[in-house]
Amino acid sequence: MGGRGVRVGVVVFPGSNCDRDALHAVERAGAEPVELWHADADLKGSDAVILPGGFSYGDYLRPGAIARFARVMGPLEAFAREGGPVLGVCNGFQVLCEAHLLPGALLQNRGLRFVCRRVRVRVERADTPWTAACAPGEELTLPVAHNEGNYFADPATLARLEEEGRVVLRYLENPNGSANDIAGVCSEGRNVVGLMPHPERASDPLLGSEEGLGILRSVLAGAKV
Amino acid sequence: MSVRETYTSLGLSDLEYGRILELLGRAPNFLELSLFSVMWSEHCGYKNSRPLLSRFPNEGPRVLQGPGENAGVVEVGDGWALAFKVESHNHPSAVEPYEGAATGVGGIIRDILAVGARPVALLDSLRFGPLEEERNRYLFREVVRGIGGYGNAVGVPTVGGEVEFAPAYSGNPLVNAMCVGLVRAEKLVRSRASGEGNLVVLLGSRTGRDGIHGATFASDELGEGSGERRSNVQVGDPFAEKMLIECCLALLEEDLLVALQDLGAAGITSSASEMAAKGGVGIEIETDRVPLREEGMEPWEVMISESQERMLAVVEPGRLERVAGLARRYGVGAAVIGRVAGHGELRVVHEGEVVGSVPARHLADAPVYEREVVRPAYLDGARALDLASVPPPGDYGAALLGLLSHPNLRSRRSVYEQYDHEVGTCTVLRPGADAAVMRIRGTRRGYALTTDGRGRHCYLDPRGGGAATVAEAYRNLSCVGAEPVALTNCLNFGNPEKAEGYYQLAECIEGMAGACEALGTPVVSGNVSLYNETERGAVHPTPVVGMVGLLEDVRRHATPEIKREGDALVLVGRFRPSLAGSAYLEAAHGLVRGAPPSPDLPSEKAAADAVRAAVAAGLVDTAHDLSDGGLAVALAEMAVGGGIGAEARLLPGARQDVALFGECGGCILVAVPEERLEELEGALAGVPRARIGRTGGDRISVLGLVDVGLSELAEAYFMDLFEEAGG
Repeated sequence: MGGRGVRVGVVVFPGSNCDRDALHAVERAGAEPVELWHADADLKGSDAVILPGGFSYGDYLRPGAIARFARVMGPLEAFAREGGPVLGVCNGFQVLCEAHLLPGALLQNRGLRFVCRRVRVRVERADTPWTAACAPGEELTLPVAHNEGNYFADPATLARLEEEGRVVLRYLENPNGSANDIAGVCSEGRNVVGLMPHPERASDPLLGSEEGLGILRSVLAGAKV
Repeated sequence: MSVRETYTSLGLSDLEYGRILELLGRAPNFLELSLFSVMWSEHCGYKNSRPLLSRFPNEGPRVLQGPGENAGVVEVGDGWALAFKVESHNHPSAVEPYEGAATGVGGIIRDILAVGARPVALLDSLRFGPLEEERNRYLFREVVRGIGGYGNAVGVPTVGGEVEFAPAYSGNPLVNAMCVGLVRAEKLVRSRASGEGNLVVLLGSRTGRDGIHGATFASDELGEGSGERRSNVQVGDPFAEKMLIECCLALLEEDLLVALQDLGAAGITSSASEMAAKGGVGIEIETDRVPLREEGMEPWEVMISESQERMLAVVEPGRLERVAGLARRYGVGAAVIGRVAGHGELRVVHEGEVVGSVPARHLADAPVYEREVVRPAYLDGARALDLASVPPPGDYGAALLGLLSHPNLRSRRSVYEQYDHEVGTCTVLRPGADAAVMRIRGTRRGYALTTDGRGRHCYLDPRGGGAATVAEAYRNLSCVGAEPVALTNCLNFGNPEKAEGYYQLAECIEGMAGACEALGTPVVSGNVSLYNETERGAVHPTPVVGMVGLLEDVRRHATPEIKREGDALVLVGRFRPSLAGSAYLEAAHGLVRGAPPSPDLPSEKAAADAVRAAVAAGLVDTAHDLSDGGLAVALAEMAVGGGIGAEARLLPGARQDVALFGECGGCILVAVPEERLEELEGALAGVPRARIGRTGGDRISVLGLVDVGLSELAEAYFMDLFEEAGG
């Protein structure tokens, strides 16, 4: 690393509510947290960007549907296309799908209920900037908390995702009816990752788990500084 | 409409109208009458409960702010303070459960915000009629959805609460929401308006016709026509609330506000008159400057609308520009709708003309009714219980499974999994333990939260039940290792104008107040919900206590689940089980009868304090109190939670079903490794205790009576409450 730490930006949309949790977790992971305001088209020199969980714009219309038009999304999309590491967690995953930075969509949970619990997942791929510090096949217990986490894509897209190794995280106990038990996917360039589970909620032993820290630490190793 | 018809339809009595005439020295116009009607409702004016409420002790070494402000506040240490309050939304939830519950959550969050605290935790205390009835299933499902729909979106974790089902709540559910906020002690905000010429700024959503006369609606019995009162129920917008929270906290961070007050029941009227009365000043409101959601609203409608997600602030003129700028950043409306005046009146101006003017202190000073306390006749019959007529179970294992799967005793997992209980990443102990435990970031400190109500006990013995409610909360906090410091309460009762309702209210308060004194936990805030009656009768008298405790070192806490094989099981406290008024008697025999033992407060305190000290010392990490379902259910919960079985013997002296399923309060079951037993003995010196068994294996067995596998117990315990509800 150079003279400064890795800067990880966390976007704050109106209605984001895991933004501060993500900033804290980024700090715990050893990076420099940077708050990015939705109305500013500026990533403030971030080396990686997280779109946090929450209910951006109240989830009105559809989760993520309005946030994708926020001003910060212009430079974010450019950053993603240039290969910059972007992680969307929960609502952030939904935003990335709406912005077509990731394929598929997140539908309402099959059980028709919001679900907040810890679930076991398997890291399918360690060749993304957000899973590089994990071992392929590693099993983690991570919290989920969502009403729309049921991953959906058409059969051809699903087949392609599997073929190209773009399913990053898979549920061992599917909480929402997701196709192929998908908990997280990555972009074709592998730098954009969307996860329904919340790694930032599993980043402190006091709260019962540090198993999400590996995901946040991964980006430290891979980030270009 | 005659004058009498008008004031009667607004819920004012002849006596009250006479008092208004006297106070004003003239006849009020319709707008002024509306102001009195909402402010003198029980909901806002506490006219039936105020003298009784003065019984509660309000002071303690950690109390920074007691009743009378928007929320009670206690000092934590390291400069931190906790603000908390519980409030009911029973009536709205009875007719429109989703929005009723959602706006209940939204409303209590704004109370906490109004003292300048960031809302950090929610709890919900819920009661419904039995799930066999379709309407009750609907209310239960939608209330839980409403709480989740609002709380999850607004980003405040729902970390605890309770759910109970009983016929007494059919048609009149109880929906009480508690919010806790964290604030630097020196940044506490008061709601006292001051500074003649300062501006009154309405922050947040536009004002519509929703919730007109909500406070009056909440102060009446529910009847046949209540369904038509859906327009009295407000509609919530958690996104608007989230932005309002962030905006207000940003305004307070820059010290831009003179005073802040939430808008709840009775809308602008209540907020403005309370702010004026507290500051000894007047406030003028120009109703035509209030941003409206719909056209053609009359000034009186604007004044009493209960549209949600609004706050009222007093701002010095020179700071208005900065306030408006920050509000824009958060997309929050900010309109100057009036000013602070020297005349002491709440004055309503519309298009330049004064359309009403009433001294603010009169609005804040509702008449008070003191009634005679008469013991109701039902008590003698209900308290009589002939134990000989209660046959012991033929199969104790089956009886235990029946209890564990009963909707009142089953795991609440299917409820709390619908609430985001982790957002904020400060939830150390998630729902399912005796109390929620939260950390305070940047310190080693933590705090614990619980809500408790004991309607059945309070019905059979209002005074003893009131005391037992406080004691239960005290015990729950102690079990996780927290030192109980103060409480808030929500008094859910029937019609106080009826002798039975008033007796229950007065006696419960007496019992609670006595327990608060004995246990050293003052009441720092509260809410009263009376008139919880339908044509089927009144609800069980159900005071709900929300208690807050502190942990010096949040890492040292205990949970119910068994953690190791071979631990010794020690029952701490004075064990004197009784089936009177027990969950077992109701679940297995359909009886709500008997005279439950009144709490023995000194021994209760000694046992709870000893366990807390043992937890705080790092000696005990497994503790659970004996509550509904008695020893057998407590043991089963500990075993199922930890996935480790236990064998226990019974203490001699009671009938076996009484010993297994009887209740008494004051007892806590702890599990410790053998090698710590001696140390524990020392820590518990002077407190009754008995070693009753050890942990291990994959079954619960109680000497010759119960022998059930953990998987069978878990299957019963974790049954989904909504699958039952789905029918």
